[in-house]
Amino acid sequence: MMESLGQAVLLVGTLDREVAAIALLSLRVSLTAVFLGCLVGVPLGAFLGVTRFPGRGVVVAVLNAFMGLPAVVVGLLVYLLLSRSGPLGGLGLLFTPGAMIVAQTLLVTPLIAALVRQIVEDADRELGEQLRSLRLGSWRRAFVLVFDTRFSLVVATLAAFGRAVSEVGAVLVVGGNIAGFTRTMTTAISLETQKGDLPLALALGLVLIGIVLAVNGLASTVRAAAMRAYG
Amino acid sequence: MDRIRRSLIALALLFLGTAAVPAQEQRSITVASTTSTEQSGLFGHLLPRFTQKTGIQVKVVALGTGQALDVGRRGDADVVFVHDRAAEEKFVGEGFGVKRLEVMYNDFVLVGPKDDPAKAAGKDVLEGLRRIAAAKAPFVSRGDRSGTHAAELRYWKDAGIDIAAARGEWYREIGQGMGPALNTASAQNAYVLADRGTWLSFKNRGDLAILVEGDRRLFNQYGVMLVNPAKHPHVKAQEGQAFIDWLVSPEGQAAIADYKIGGEQLFFPNAAPAGRA
Repeated sequence: MMESLGQAVLLVGTLDREVAAIALLSLRVSLTAVFLGCLVGVPLGAFLGVTRFPGRGVVVAVLNAFMGLPAVVVGLLVYLLLSRSGPLGGLGLLFTPGAMIVAQTLLVTPLIAALVRQIVEDADRELGEQLRSLRLGSWRRAFVLVFDTRFSLVVATLAAFGRAVSEVGAVLVVGGNIAGFTRTMTTAISLETQKGDLPLALALGLVLIGIVLAVNGLASTVRAAAMRAYG
Repeated sequence: MDRIRRSLIALALLFLGTAAVPAQEQRSITVASTTSTEQSGLFGHLLPRFTQKTGIQVKVVALGTGQALDVGRRGDADVVFVHDRAAEEKFVGEGFGVKRLEVMYNDFVLVGPKDDPAKAAGKDVLEGLRRIAAAKAPFVSRGDRSGTHAAELRYWKDAGIDIAAARGEWYREIGQGMGPALNTASAQNAYVLADRGTWLSFKNRGDLAILVEGDRRLFNQYGVMLVNPAKHPHVKAQEGQAFIDWLVSPEGQAAIADYKIGGEQLFFPNAAPAGRA
């Protein structure tokens, strides 16, 4: 164990352009998925946070449960959808980065929506009365509360990014782990493990953890700066 | 406020821009192949040569033979390159493949712990398997409908052992690729049937060694097929056929023979001259 770890640390220094390209693809796919997930998840979560309607409890429970959607199941569903023999086969997306973005977007959207719902609902408890007295409609109130809680929502985005960039089940099934085209950090790690090259797999794992740390660090720096300027 | 909005818009455009990137003009095909050809590094050796010559990029999805043929059946690949003759002939017979061409062979090896508790070592794979079954020594099976799995089941049958009935705690079906099977065998000091290519390139051997090799029955033929454009009109028939033609051409065959790990040749080209038309 320690021996592998030692070799892995040394290997990190020798990783080359190929690894950089793989890391960039991972970032591109997961960040795009999180961005698209936010486009749907933030409005959806915020709306659920400020409205009350019959059956809302069920919707919220389902949404919360979908935070734990198994990646490999999402991958399988997207595979069947995008396969040439499936309903969306004409798009020719299977085994492309596009397919991986679709799968990860489906994976993170419920997560973002569920977290935003909780954050906005809590804020609504504090400020809701005031906003209602201004006779603002649901969407308007949702918008104000999202803006008000924007710094907390960064955490929801980071959680979604963490989920996307670390999953292997969905990208492996819909991307096919094609060298130089759909190979991501996680599928590369899985491949090297299968080949029995454990130090290299571990080295790639260290790089992935480094990337996640860097993205989180960047986000909290931006958040802190923004809070100072506008908070 | 304005600055935040502007930077948010810029960020959004950046993401959308990166999402729209893969507008490549380069011609490419998708090949469904086996873990043995990919994980042994053969494709890493062959594909750059082919791409340099033709400008066609080859994207390899590495799966077990059964799965790779299924991907071809669904029309999700242009070419299938696998190693299970019976399954390949069925694929072509059903009209999913145009024609099966033989490309190369290597061989299977029976791998097991160096001290060989079941005394399986020798020149006869069937005798080796009989001894493993008799000793109920741990044996790792791929269990994934791959070409190697199909071969393993064939050997049990030929050895006169009904593995479905004889199996017990000692027979461990893992449902994964060759690498994971070797990893499992290495961790549990178990016997396992492997293709020589993956074994040679495998790095986590532990106490494992080759115990049976050179039995004529261990011959492992690889075949290549174009997915039938009549079934799946989007198949890139021209580019796919160019890849197949190159594989069986003298140049492609020489490139296969060239591939070595530690001085040892992994695959032996044997395309029929008739196939080179």
